[in-house]
Amino acid sequence: MNNKNTTIGIPKALLYYKYNDLWESFFNELGINVLYSPETNNEILERGKSLSIDESCLALKIFMGHVDYLVNKVDYILIPRIECLKKHEKLCTNFYALYDIVNNIFNTKILNYNIDVKKGKTEKKAFIQIGKSLNKSHVEILTAYNIAKNVFKESKKQRYFDQLNLLNTSTKNKILIVSHPYNTYDKLIGEPIIKLLKKQNTDIIYCDVFDEEEIKNKHTHISDKVYWTYSKELLGGLVNYYKHIDGIILLTVFPCGPDSLTNEMCMSKINLPIINIIIDELSGEAGLQTRIESFIDIVNEKKKVKNN
Amino acid sequence: MKKKIISFPHMGNYYIPIKYLLTKLTNCDIMLSPPITKKTLELGSKYSPDFVCIPFKYNLGNYIESLENGANILMQCGGGCRYGYYAEVQQQILKGLGYNFEFYSLTENDKLAAISMYRMFKKINKKLSIVKFLYYTILTLKMISYMDKIDIYIRANIGFEEEEKSFENLLKEMHKDLESTKGFIHLRKTYIKYNKLFRKIKLNKPSNCLKIGIIGELYTCMEPFSNYFLEKNLAKMNVEISRRTNVTYLVIKKRFNTKKILRECGNYCKYTIGADGTDNVSEARMLAKKGYDGLIHTKPFGCTPEIGAMSILQKVSKKEKIPILYFTFDSHTSEEGIKTRLEAFYDMIKMRRENNE
Repeated sequence: MNNKNTTIGIPKALLYYKYNDLWESFFNELGINVLYSPETNNEILERGKSLSIDESCLALKIFMGHVDYLVNKVDYILIPRIECLKKHEKLCTNFYALYDIVNNIFNTKILNYNIDVKKGKTEKKAFIQIGKSLNKSHVEILTAYNIAKNVFKESKKQRYFDQLNLLNTSTKNKILIVSHPYNTYDKLIGEPIIKLLKKQNTDIIYCDVFDEEEIKNKHTHISDKVYWTYSKELLGGLVNYYKHIDGIILLTVFPCGPDSLTNEMCMSKINLPIINIIIDELSGEAGLQTRIESFIDIVNEKKKVKNN
Repeated sequence: MKKKIISFPHMGNYYIPIKYLLTKLTNCDIMLSPPITKKTLELGSKYSPDFVCIPFKYNLGNYIESLENGANILMQCGGGCRYGYYAEVQQQILKGLGYNFEFYSLTENDKLAAISMYRMFKKINKKLSIVKFLYYTILTLKMISYMDKIDIYIRANIGFEEEEKSFENLLKEMHKDLESTKGFIHLRKTYIKYNKLFRKIKLNKPSNCLKIGIIGELYTCMEPFSNYFLEKNLAKMNVEISRRTNVTYLVIKKRFNTKKILRECGNYCKYTIGADGTDNVSEARMLAKKGYDGLIHTKPFGCTPEIGAMSILQKVSKKEKIPILYFTFDSHTSEEGIKTRLEAFYDMIKMRRENNE
């Protein structure tokens, strides 16, 4: 295999929004071309819908559409499989099954890595696994991984720093969006909502931007039994920003398993204006607009009462 | 001090061993929640989050009915998928409704382990010794495994009984006897006695009868009310039924066979796909190899692991040439719709069999 011509396709969905900084610089260091699928559009959604089971969550359907776009355009498609990132924690089972679902639906070559900390399969080992399948030497892989890891950490820090700055300087209403990054930043799921919010003269705080050390045990204020890593992070972020914000939007895709229960916990334990927006593939923008506008009205009224 | 009354949600016939265990380990009264009816489901759905899965709603309905009848200690299990998070949310919803009760979960950190179970029972009954706890837990597990063994025989043959209800009546007798189990030897004697009696029931079974396997999510598989008495309806159509999912399998066998199950999946699965998804894929492939005529896959609406498994099962169905009927159960599922689909499926596999012969 001639490495110079190898292209890896990365679907712009699900874990892309979490790990892209890591992937991008890792492949960059190894000198491998990367092709991204475009931002989610209607065509991708339609393809995804026709390829997946009706009841799958919207994020997974969109992911299928992205994979479908990349098939036949690239040599490998990067599909991670993550079961467990920390001891005593888990991920949503969709991430367990991601590799096998794609492998059974598409007939394409997959570049796959597997993280399961409980069984000793760490992220480092996983990246060595993908490096090896691209015929790279051990040293090359480790250097690339270390550099990529640093870039990843730096960009995370930078984003957190920027957000703290915004929190301290902003005088507008601050609305916290509590949602998985693959919903918040998706062109079809999160972006219409963020646009509407910005029109209403608000500043948006993202729950998925945080410092890991700082939120470590904060989720216990809402629920101490939750064991999904990503939900834990969201709850921790929520508690972390709680005192500095004016309203909370829980953005969920239909029918998300973990969120269906953690939302219930959030709604009953929080005293700020809170709204749960559920997006499915049929959501229209008109209804959304009404809900967001009235929500902002509530936030304003509450603020007035508080200031008096 | 108020008398403590324990209650727990229903699942199939398993209330018998659970009641037995609780009576032996605690000094409280045990109250069975009223049998599941449509009202149970209505109550449960009313107070549940919007798109939580259906077992949550049934469990919540059971709890509310028990609390109304005076129970003040509730129990929940958990593990695998979001089932592990049921306990906390249900507790909170019930507290919000103004009930006064204690809530215990058999699982800790999403795992069912003997030590955490012992710790939990110790909270209810301070005098409980570990020896007594282990003795009765193992005895109960043995009882469950005997019940499951008998159930497997019943499932395969109930469609062919000569005299109607002979299996059902004998099963009721067995359950009554199990309630007064005295120890391992007594339990074994009961099992051997009923095993003989069940095998004596006269059958009218052709050697080439239709065979259907049931796979899917555990609750909708095992609680007959939640799947609209699927197995009973199938039995009326004179088919042999096989189902691997039972408590013995989930609690004991699965733990030691993870690698074997993954191997049985062949090329379809490289990794475990969460909860019981892998087991169902392997079971589907094994039953196809054994020459079963069709499979029925049951799941609650929105069950994430089973949806993952479905994408893979569709390929299994195509490659191994075995038809699979997918049922999704929700609080709005209509019984007639299920019957119609079941009948059509039966006709289809019957015709398929005739064409092949």
